[in-house]
Amino acid sequence: MKLDAKVPGGPLAEKWDKHRFELKLVNPANKKKYEIIVVGTGLAGGSASASLAELGYNVKTFCIQDSPRRAHSIAAQGGINAAKNYTNDGDSVWRLFYDTVKGGDFRSREANVYRLAQLSVNIIDQCVAQGVPFARDYGGLLANRSFGGAQVSRTFYARGQTGQQLLLGAYSAMMRQVANGKVKMFPRREMLDLVMVDGRARGIVVRNLITGEIECHAAHAVVLATGGYGNAFFLSTNAMGSNVTAAWRAHKKGALFANPSFTQIHPTCIPVHGDYQSKLTLMSESLRNDGRVWVPKNKGDKRSPENIPESERYYYLEERYPSFGNLVPRDVASRNAKNVCDMGMGVGDTGLAVYLDFADAIKRDGRESIHKKYGNLFQMYERIVGQNPYDTPIMIYPAIHYAMGGLWVDYNLMSTIPGLFVLGEANFSDHGANRLGASALMQGLNDGYFVIPYTVGGYLAGMPLGEVKDSHPAFKDAVQEVTAQVTKLLSIKGKRTVDNFHRELGRILWEYCGMSRNEAGLLKAKQMIPELRQQFWENVTVTGSPGEFNQTLERAGRVADFLEFGELMLIDALNRKESCGCHYNEAYKTEDHEAKRDDENHCYVAAWEFQGVGKEPVLHKEPLEFENVHLATRSYK
Amino acid sequence: MSKTINLTLKVWRQPGSEAKGAFETYGAKDISTDMSFLEMLDVVNERLSVEGKDPIAFDHDCREGICGMCGSVVNGVPHGPQKATTLCQLHMRHFADGDTLVIEPWRSRAFKVIKDLAVDRSAFDQLIQTGGYISANTGAVPEANAILISQETAELAMDAAACIGCGACVAACPNASAMLFVGAKVSQLALLPQGRPEAAKRVQAMVRKMDELGFGACSNEAECEAVCPKEISITNIARLNRELIKAAFGSPF
Ligand SMILES: Cc1cc2nc3c(=O)[nH]c(=O)nc-3n(C[C@H](O)[C@H](O)[C@H](O)COP(=O)(O)OP(=O)(O)OC[C@H]3O[C@@H](n4cnc5c(N)ncnc54)[C@H](O)[C@@H]3O)c2cc1C
Ligand code: FES
Repeated sequence: MKLDAKVPGGPLAEKWDKHRFELKLVNPANKKKYEIIVVGTGLAGGSASASLAELGYNVKTFCIQDSPRRAHSIAAQGGINAAKNYTNDGDSVWRLFYDTVKGGDFRSREANVYRLAQLSVNIIDQCVAQGVPFARDYGGLLANRSFGGAQVSRTFYARGQTGQQLLLGAYSAMMRQVANGKVKMFPRREMLDLVMVDGRARGIVVRNLITGEIECHAAHAVVLATGGYGNAFFLSTNAMGSNVTAAWRAHKKGALFANPSFTQIHPTCIPVHGDYQSKLTLMSESLRNDGRVWVPKNKGDKRSPENIPESERYYYLEERYPSFGNLVPRDVASRNAKNVCDMGMGVGDTGLAVYLDFADAIKRDGRESIHKKYGNLFQMYERIVGQNPYDTPIMIYPAIHYAMGGLWVDYNLMSTIPGLFVLGEANFSDHGANRLGASALMQGLNDGYFVIPYTVGGYLAGMPLGEVKDSHPAFKDAVQEVTAQVTKLLSIKGKRTVDNFHRELGRILWEYCGMSRNEAGLLKAKQMIPELRQQFWENVTVTGSPGEFNQTLERAGRVADFLEFGELMLIDALNRKESCGCHYNEAYKTEDHEAKRDDENHCYVAAWEFQGVGKEPVLHKEPLEFENVHLATRSYK
Repeated sequence: MSKTINLTLKVWRQPGSEAKGAFETYGAKDISTDMSFLEMLDVVNERLSVEGKDPIAFDHDCREGICGMCGSVVNGVPHGPQKATTLCQLHMRHFADGDTLVIEPWRSRAFKVIKDLAVDRSAFDQLIQTGGYISANTGAVPEANAILISQETAELAMDAAACIGCGACVAACPNASAMLFVGAKVSQLALLPQGRPEAAKRVQAMVRKMDELGFGACSNEAECEAVCPKEISITNIARLNRELIKAAFGSPF
């Protein structure tokens, strides 16, 4: 298989325009003859469903929550980037493009990233028109703030609830199309298989999560917008239901999985405090705009933070990275937090935390002003931890947050399976080896509002597709497979709970494939995961029956997939014998302990082809060519 | 500082929407006060699973108080005793050793129980479908800063838009009215200039739909505001009523 990214020729800035012109169009009268399945209702799936329906396609949309409005995108706090340059501080499409490529440590595809930066400005226009109440200045113009990894202010926000507001915008647009009869919404459905006919994606099999019924849905094209796989680690900032199942099952049907070991660890999360913990809570990165990160200079200093004088505090980000200071990108901030804690300077009960202190900001701007910016975040912290951030510094520690890896897609966002498109966090994305803050929302909406409406059309107009009904034998086979797995899970009746297995998998991945990796650890984990997987299939307990609302069964299916997927993460990490962005292999570092890339040998996207559970997958490489930016060592000093 | 407490739970168990339900009693032992309410339920469920018993079904997803998926009535109060807090954000430090907690699903004609504590809130989606949007097709929009909105208006719109659609307002209302939910959406869009052209149609359609779906009328009990985890104000209901009057007089602006 040769990977063809289908990047159009011509100068970078003209590629997308030229490509849009070259893509074939579906005659308006013919659009209503096409059915398109969209799986997922986050920013990517919601915006795609609305936009495709507005064009006249018949859209069937699926999600696992009880309402499409609850997709994980709802939880995004900080903001969304766009190269509007409203602050006149030197931003441009080119700078956003450059910052994103550099932030991703030169492991993303130039043409896609440029398009993302180009279209970013349209996203804000669209959202404002939908009634998204972005923050505004006194004059009534839109306000901006800065975010990690950038020196310009280009982030738009709606208090600390930007994701919620953007998602509700996309959701409303989609609901309008539901009323219009162009979108059929199927909530509480979980996609369990992709159905292929003649080598093309032609439908999906889902489980109705209320009745347990296995349903078949046929279409001319399938769009996956099922989010990221951070929950492989059990503890993450993702919603509890976030999973790899849809993507993984498509992978098993032939879609290549790209860069699975690229997982982002977010520096500002509330630290772990107990074994019962079910998730980790993110404190928006925007807090780093005003908060100062520090630890006591003296190891094991147990004094309360107010009693530690300035001279005995180590503002390690400001000292180590004078030009970006507290605003270094996430991977750098996370590794430095781990580093100072490993050196024994960590704070809190576990020693696995650092301070994020607002005392200076409150002194400078006043309590009211800080309250206005971060009030809801401070309130959330107080609820969880029981301490008041106005009086005492917040404690933070890095946590798994985002998946840069995902299903491989070409410039049209089509996977290696014809007719299967992948959007949002579920694809391997435009963020290379590290995503900059406020860029995931931008990418999700970009993919859904502005890319997929064109590229799906180009695909459908490009070739005649025969009729496929859900009575086609390919559906029967898929239903049989899915049903067999459900039956198997319920029949094991073992002694260990699903969560218990999930926790153990998470611990293995965090320990050996987390913030810092080495060959010995990865190899060890590669032994442990197949063993754990085997135990799972022998000893898991799943209560209840298949034909009912059965949340344990839902989770069991997802954990079964994580147990297969986790191994691929390790294989990918082992293969990449360099450090880049989030992938920090201790053997490859600069003198200052920064990630050291090997552009000579590893300037590629690693896309893996499934060969069977427990079998070594086949690696395909998409070489990355940088014609417009100079491959440089990332420096935030 | 973290400590542990022992609780007695009386939980509503109902195998399916048509089945009869009843309270069951469970002991919740050694619960760390640092746990969230849902983590406490996780612990109880883990124990039930190990015993081969059916765990308690409850909806949840973000566990950050924003998706609106969680929610049960705890000791008679939707989302439990802490003000402005969803069940997932409620922590066990607010309970005392030896407490008995009665845990029930949202109850209302428009929300059917699916299983145990999980209910069907699709009526909310139907309400949004009838007008909770601005008709702006992708691409057909002006430059963002072409629309000026005063900071005050933007903030008011945001106050209303903060609704998470959890349904606690309906569960708390003696009439099971959805006025706060609808009022919040109508307000958000009526406050913004982008939403004005459809304001009259929107408010009329949404209010009509609310009746159709079996939600009750509002009799100013204000119970909704008291339990709303996002502190959505009942001034939004007043604004909805003003919009209704304006709509009746046929003035679109
Ligand atoms: C706490 C937090 C804060 C964040 N803050 C920011 C921020 O400030 N700025 C920013 O840019 N990014 C932020 N991010 C990242 C960003 O929110 C996500 O990357 C983005 O929202 C993902 O959107 P999505 O549409 O790809 O997927 P999601 O929103 O995850 O949606 C996935 C959808 O797929 C459905 N689904 C999943 N599996 C299945 C299945 N098997 N069958 C059927 N349906 C399925 C789900 O029901 C859901 O509807 C944040 C992330 C977190 C966790
Ligand atoms: S689980 Fe999302 S609001 Fe409680």
